[in-house]
Order: sequence, then structure tokens, then C-alpha cells
Amino acid sequence: MTDKIDKEPADTPPRASLAPETIKAIPVRHYGRYVSAVIVLALVALLVNAFATAEKIQWSAVGDKLFDSTVLAGAGRTLLISVLAMIVGVVLGVLLAVMRLSKNPVTSWVAWAYIWFFRGTPVYVQLLLWFNLALIFPMLNLGPIYKDEMTDVMTPFMCALLGLGLNEAAYMAEICRAGLMAVDEGQTEAAHALGMSHGKTLRRIVIPQAMRVIVPPTGNEFINMLKTSSLVYAVTYNELLRATSTIGSTSYAVMEMLFVASIWYLVMTSVFSVFQYYLERRFARGSSRNLPPTPFQKIRANLLSLRSPQGGAA
Amino acid sequence: MTAMVRAESVHKSYGLVEVLKGIDLEVKQGEVFCLIGPSGSGKSTFLRCINHLEKINAGRLYVDGELVGYRQKADKLYELKDSEVARQRRDIGMVFQRFNLFPHMTAAENVMEAPVQVKGTSRAQARERARELLEKVGLADKAGSYPAQLSGGQQQRVAIARALAMDPKLMLFDEPTSALDPELVGDVLDVMRDLAESGMTMVVVTHEMGFAREVGDSLVFMDGGVVVESGDPREVLTNPQHERTQAFLSKVL
Repeated sequence: MTDKIDKEPADTPPRASLAPETIKAIPVRHYGRYVSAVIVLALVALLVNAFATAEKIQWSAVGDKLFDSTVLAGAGRTLLISVLAMIVGVVLGVLLAVMRLSKNPVTSWVAWAYIWFFRGTPVYVQLLLWFNLALIFPMLNLGPIYKDEMTDVMTPFMCALLGLGLNEAAYMAEICRAGLMAVDEGQTEAAHALGMSHGKTLRRIVIPQAMRVIVPPTGNEFINMLKTSSLVYAVTYNELLRATSTIGSTSYAVMEMLFVASIWYLVMTSVFSVFQYYLERRFARGSSRNLPPTPFQKIRANLLSLRSPQGGAA
Repeated sequence: MTAMVRAESVHKSYGLVEVLKGIDLEVKQGEVFCLIGPSGSGKSTFLRCINHLEKINAGRLYVDGELVGYRQKADKLYELKDSEVARQRRDIGMVFQRFNLFPHMTAAENVMEAPVQVKGTSRAQARERARELLEKVGLADKAGSYPAQLSGGQQQRVAIARALAMDPKLMLFDEPTSALDPELVGDVLDVMRDLAESGMTMVVVTHEMGFAREVGDSLVFMDGGVVVESGDPREVLTNPQHERTQAFLSKVL
């Protein structure tokens, strides 16, 4: 520092030659924070104690059945139906979004009506509608292509897939539409001015930019789907909730099996939430200069700050 | 000299608002044609009609002798298909006020996009051409940069290179320097000046009176959707005949 000062021109104002002493003040005591922390901890302790000491809960049953093959198979089916329904939802949703934005009033109106119906009625009702379709159409007759009894076609799996997938399509359509509309109109104009066709403009210019808006909420939709899939219990598809409930009602461990189901749902949603976090972080590139730190980077920064007082800034 | 752009009584309205109230003008091959006027005078709208980004409601608009956006058979007018409009636009380069570079592509990819996707040029050839064009606009070292990493002036020069990559016979400039910091305007104008010297036909909507005076071959002053005054830029800018032109120029010069 000091040798630099000599090199500066004479007319610059003189600088303090010594850095002032670092402030060491007594911090304000936030007594309210201690009090509220104690109260909250006490309440949490009471709650935990109530569950831990409840004589009617057989905690051993939770441990025993957590990795039961029926439970694992149920969790697998939950994952399967969620993934498949999501694929149906995304494919149909993109189609609906493009239809909705098209200049053709018929396709646009049909897409609007679809979204209106499937967003306006509960998934549960939709599942039951698929389940009971055989009541009004005993035969599925697609002319020369296909003909079969409706009850053979509408297996619990098909009911679940159609119910969840078609419902999801309505939500995905709105997400995709928002994404497509978020792309600046100047982009389309620039592409058109270069002689690119509508299709090419959409594929090469608009959709890649819309993805940044579409992908994060789609991840959220999938996490929601994992939980919503428990409703297919109603159409007798043997997913996680149904698998655990069946064990629960035969072994008189109803609550214990619900705990097991909850644990698996938490595991699945947590794992995908982590994926989701990294996904959002990846798609934020280009729009924000400083990316939020990953959890690991946060932990590292925290550990460093414990070791030395200045480490927190690093 | 043949006319590159010919407008005959061009009308354009948005709903009930009439933006262009009969524009007649002619842009000759190889000339730099400047359009000036207050905002809302319809000059940008007219420019966007030339490559059919806007549909005209009445009149006729020709580029290189070809009717823009329509086909005339006997006395009937047929709308062109999207693919035919796209074919017409290939030969007309456009530079926008807000650059409109594709943000998910590097500078070089922006320049390569249309030749590869529209003309079917090989990627290697397009990359070589992109390198040449970026060098021409003084950005050879920025080929791998994304638009967000470039200054406004650099972005606009990439946008010019992007338009030139299609080897257009006509270039449209829609207030190319209006969104730039004053110190960056010069670089863009230099590129445009070089382009004019190379013989490119250019229609330029601008507020840069200096550019119009030095580089322009013709100038049109528009106000309220009509051409108020036109002629040689040096004549019109130094000795405006019309009262409205005088009032405008006294404010901007």
C-alpha cells in the first residue's frame, strides 16, 4: 500500500496511511429469538414423544415392512405409472399448446375445451370415469382395426395411465403455452426475415428458448405426479398406497403401513427434488450471471467459515 | 437503373388506425435510401411492409420487380403461401433496432443458422463464410461469444453479418443505432458505410442525420403516414422546403 502512494500524482487527495481498527462491538442480544426457539423445540419434542411412546404403534412393524417385496413392487409401480403418465402428459401437452396457439380457430377452440374440461374436474372423478367406462360402452369398437370388451381394455393400469396422463396433458399444455409465449416476438420476426419457415422457426429458434421456461415447472409437475398417483388406488391399480394398505388391513397395522407409504413417498419426492434443483440451476444459465450455490458448495462454505473467521467470505 | 423497391400508394392500418396513408416511392438499385421522421410517422411500419412482416391493406409493393406477398393473375390478387413468402424474404436482409440475435447461439452460429437451415449450405462452408463476415464487421475474435456476452454495438454488427450471410440483394435497417450507447453508434455506422460503398442497396430508417447526409443517396421525410418531402439528403437536410420538415429538423439537428 505505502509504496503505491508515492507513485500517485501529487494532486490526488492524501489517503489515510493506516487502515482503521476493525470494529469489535458487543452484538445486540435478541432475547425474543431464544424464547421462540425454546417454545418451538418444546412443542416438537412433545410431538415426537407422543409418537415414540404411543403403545399402539408397533414401530418394529414399520421397519419390518419397509423393504417388504410387496411394498417395493408397489413403489416401483408408483414410479412406473408416474413416469408413463408424465410422458403422455408432455407429448399431448405440447400438441395441445401448439393447437391452442394456432391460427386455426377450430383447433384452438378444441384445445381450449380440452384444457377447460380436464383442469376443471378433479383427477379423482376422471379416474372413476375411465374405470366405469364399460358401463356405457361395453365394447370398444374401432372398426376393422380393433375390437374388444371394454373391461379387457380398461385394465386398472390403463385407467390409471389415461386418467393421470390426460389430466396432466391439460396442465402441461398451459406450461408449454406460457413458455412459447415468453419468447420475444422479435425472435420469430428475425427468423422469418431470414427466410426461415414457421416450422423451422419454431423448432430451431422458439422451442429451445421456451425450454428454459418450460423445464423447471415440468419437474415440479413430476414431483406432484408422484403424489397424485396415489389416487389411482381408486381404480384398483396396485401402486404403493394400495400395496401398503392391503398389508395394513390384513395385519391390523393400518397406521404403521401408512407410515411406510409416507417414507417411500418422501424418499421419491426428495430424490427428484434434488434433480429438480440441479435442473433449474442448469436452465438458469444465461439468464442470471451468478448461479446459486449447490448444497455441497453451501456446506463447504459453512465449514470453511467455522474454521476461520474470514473463511465465510470465500 | 432499375427500381429495387417500388411502392405505389401503399396503405396500412391497424384496426381503425391508419398508419400509412398512401406511400409512393422508388428505391434504385445500389442506392442508400434513408427514411426519417418523428416516431409514429409510419417509417418503421413501411420498412416492415417491404419484407412482408406487415401486410399492406391497399396499394402495391414491389421488390426487384416482384410483387411482395401476393401473386397477380389477370386482375385477381392471390396471397402467397408461407413458403413462398419465406423464399421472397431470403433475398431481403433485415437489421432490427433491438438486434434480435438468437440468444442460445454463439455469434458464429447466429450467422450460420439461416444459410444452413434455409439454403442448405454445408456447415463447414457456412462456418467459413461466418468467419469472413464476422471479420468484415470487425468481430473475428467474438465468433464463440454468446449475444449476452457482447456489447450492444457488437451485437448489432453480428446482426448485420447474420443478414449478409444470406447474400441479400436488399438490406433493410430499422433504426439500427437507436438502442445503442452513443459511443457505440460509430462502429455500427462504419460497418454500414462500408456496406454502402460495396454497392449494396439499403433502406435505412434512422435518426442519424449525419449518416443520412454523408452516406445517403436519397432521403424521404415522413410524417403522419405520408411522404412529406423527398430528394437529395444534402438538399433536404440543409434546405428543407416544407414547414413540417423544417420544424422536425430544427429539433433534431
